[in-house]
Amino acid sequence: MGLTNQYIQEKLVEKFADQVCNFEDTYGMLCFEAPKEQNLKILQYLFDEPTLNFQFLTDLCGVNFPDDKGRELAVVYHLHNLKENIRIRFKVFTSIDQTDVFTASKLYSSANWMERETYDFYGINFVGHANLKRILNVDEMDYFPLRKEYPLEDQTRIDKDDEMFGRG
Amino acid sequence: MSRPVRYNIHPIEAKTSDAIGSIASPDGFGGDGFFTAKLSDVVGLARKNSLWPLPFATSCCGIEFMGTMGSHYDLARFGSERVGFSPRQCDLLMVMGTIAKKMGPVLRQVYLQMAEPRWVIAVGACASSGGIFDTYSVLQGIDQIIPVDVYVPGCPPRPEAILDGFMKIQDLVGEESIRRRNGEQYKALLNGYGIQ
Amino acid sequence: MNNHNIALPEGSIERQTTTLNVGPTHPATHGVFQNIMELDGERIVSTEQTVGYIHRAFEKLAERRPLYQVTPLTDRLNYCSSPINNMGWHLTCEKLLGVATPKRVDYLRIIIMELARISDHLICNSIVGVDTGAYTGFLYVMQSRELIYEIYEEVCGSRLTTNIGRIGGFERNFTNTAFTKLEKFLKEYPKVLAEFEGLFTRNRIFMERTIGGGAISAERALNYGFTGPNLRAAGVDYDVRIHSPYSSYEDFKFDVPVGKTGDNYDRYLVRNQEMWQSLSIIEQAYQKVQQFKGADAEVYHADVPEYYLPKKEDVYTKMEALIWHFKIIMGEIDMPKGEVYQSVEGGNGELGFYLISDGGRTPFRLHFRRPCFIYYQAYPELITGGMLSDAIVTMSSLNLIAGELDA
Repeated sequence: MGLTNQYIQEKLVEKFADQVCNFEDTYGMLCFEAPKEQNLKILQYLFDEPTLNFQFLTDLCGVNFPDDKGRELAVVYHLHNLKENIRIRFKVFTSIDQTDVFTASKLYSSANWMERETYDFYGINFVGHANLKRILNVDEMDYFPLRKEYPLEDQTRIDKDDEMFGRG
Repeated sequence: MSRPVRYNIHPIEAKTSDAIGSIASPDGFGGDGFFTAKLSDVVGLARKNSLWPLPFATSCCGIEFMGTMGSHYDLARFGSERVGFSPRQCDLLMVMGTIAKKMGPVLRQVYLQMAEPRWVIAVGACASSGGIFDTYSVLQGIDQIIPVDVYVPGCPPRPEAILDGFMKIQDLVGEESIRRRNGEQYKALLNGYGIQ
Repeated sequence: MNNHNIALPEGSIERQTTTLNVGPTHPATHGVFQNIMELDGERIVSTEQTVGYIHRAFEKLAERRPLYQVTPLTDRLNYCSSPINNMGWHLTCEKLLGVATPKRVDYLRIIIMELARISDHLICNSIVGVDTGAYTGFLYVMQSRELIYEIYEEVCGSRLTTNIGRIGGFERNFTNTAFTKLEKFLKEYPKVLAEFEGLFTRNRIFMERTIGGGAISAERALNYGFTGPNLRAAGVDYDVRIHSPYSSYEDFKFDVPVGKTGDNYDRYLVRNQEMWQSLSIIEQAYQKVQQFKGADAEVYHADVPEYYLPKKEDVYTKMEALIWHFKIIMGEIDMPKGEVYQSVEGGNGELGFYLISDGGRTPFRLHFRRPCFIYYQAYPELITGGMLSDAIVTMSSLNLIAGELDA
């Protein structure tokens, strides 16, 4: 019964001082944030440190907060320590004008496609990724569909009447 | 030293009088050893009872199709024992599942590779009209890119519904004139889709 | 094709590699994904994958729909075992909203989820059989799946995309017919599974086709984010039902089968053994459900009028029920703000739901952690250097469901 959220928080603050911030306990899972330049250092530390041992990347996804100026896009990592059975969530924020984030695919092979999906949906440019192309949408698409500013429906369709769906 | 026969040594007389149903023969005039009918009727009868489907199964409706092919609902009794995956050899293109815009050109290519006469059945809500996925990435119905003969609604349609759609295709096939595919109306239909 | 390695390996007798397109439409019903393979004779030198041929934009669609309308979307993720996806989503909502479900609901949920797991593994194992040439097993177990479909139909009305359950429980109590059908399944299915096993497990042809193909070590599997039967076949006993138990799984005794080499044969054996374990869990759950008597046996949902729609008879006769009905449908209920991650053990591994709610009626962001998408990345590593026919068997033994791949 060694690893607790408290301990993880202490170790992170000890190593990275005020780079890590916004520690929250969301429904039992520790969640924290760091500047985007530090994301690889923090992921590497969580991977290598023998007491922390977060060697499984459960999930990597993007979120668009259109109202937070300067922090519109977020990359959220869910990490899991399988031996102690602890999960944590780690977020980095980036502005919509400068969307470069370092890639985690050298550390975790599973981040490869998850970053391509995040690029496809939000346009976050992962620096150092081997093959950053669109993965789920058609290659010719020229916008990033999951950003809040774009609509869900295909605007060129003629058979569905928006009036009838309450969207007119 | 031959073994004595153990099985089937008391064969039962099979009562076939009520076991086998027969369909009505086409309109025609028959006599001793000959039967005359319209060529299109006979050709239609032969075609409709031996349709070779191409299951273009993309998603959930494909699993219901697997159930239809299984022994409980059995598509084989309609003559479709042999499902083919090569468009050159098949008559009926069964599109089952959502067709995304990325998949559209592939579907069109498969349709173009099929030889005449060919029929298309759109199984499920997604193939008919896009279904619940009114999004930027889903084609709102395959009739945007290829001509469709029968639509089977449902999400997913029950196997009985797929069989009903199949039987409607059989009706279309049986009634089709043998000159239809060369006629002006059919050419105009294909030209409407940009198919020469 | 910029990632392709088309350099011929040492000792090859060819002059250049052959490009083969194992395209989006390929025989058997695996799903739509494309592999452009470079072959040296029969051996695979490299492969480039294309997915997204059935991208239906679930995550964007979910931002438009209130919580109870997202359930039909989750159905269509891994459509071979849709009740597990439904239950996972309801558990996520219950975690966000702070709803606790009664024990009887948990046990009924477990019965439905394990039936779905059996249904999924049956398809996967029989399709591996089909790809090695044995079509009989597939047709034979389709009949057992019809029995499972009948149980779903009795509970929720639908066979495949079930939309089963509600936030807090089920939409109606299980009828006696449902339990009769369940008993029939429990009686007939073990014989079918034993026969299916007997056809494949020690079959020399099947073993020679599957042993050695598509092997992966435990370290690489963990780095690739494998979960579920594929990871357990590689030797790591990670099962979400044991590690983070949900829906009262901690009350049940079952084993987690683990393989050694992670090849196709181990995956087949792990799935087969999991079906036996699922059967044992269903029997235990059924016995536990039968012990609820009297008024307890009528409990099929939690008492949360804010999120669970009231009975239609009450809506037409009682004022309070009418008000709750109005508030739920029109979205006047206060949703808590917050973010929650809940995962369940799906047919393919850890199916995760990451939900960010901003207090509105619909999710602000919903992300599905789809196991198929994550482990399909490892496919080139599994097949490079092997034969083309082994690549096909590997593809089907990984249990790739296109709906979950693309979402």
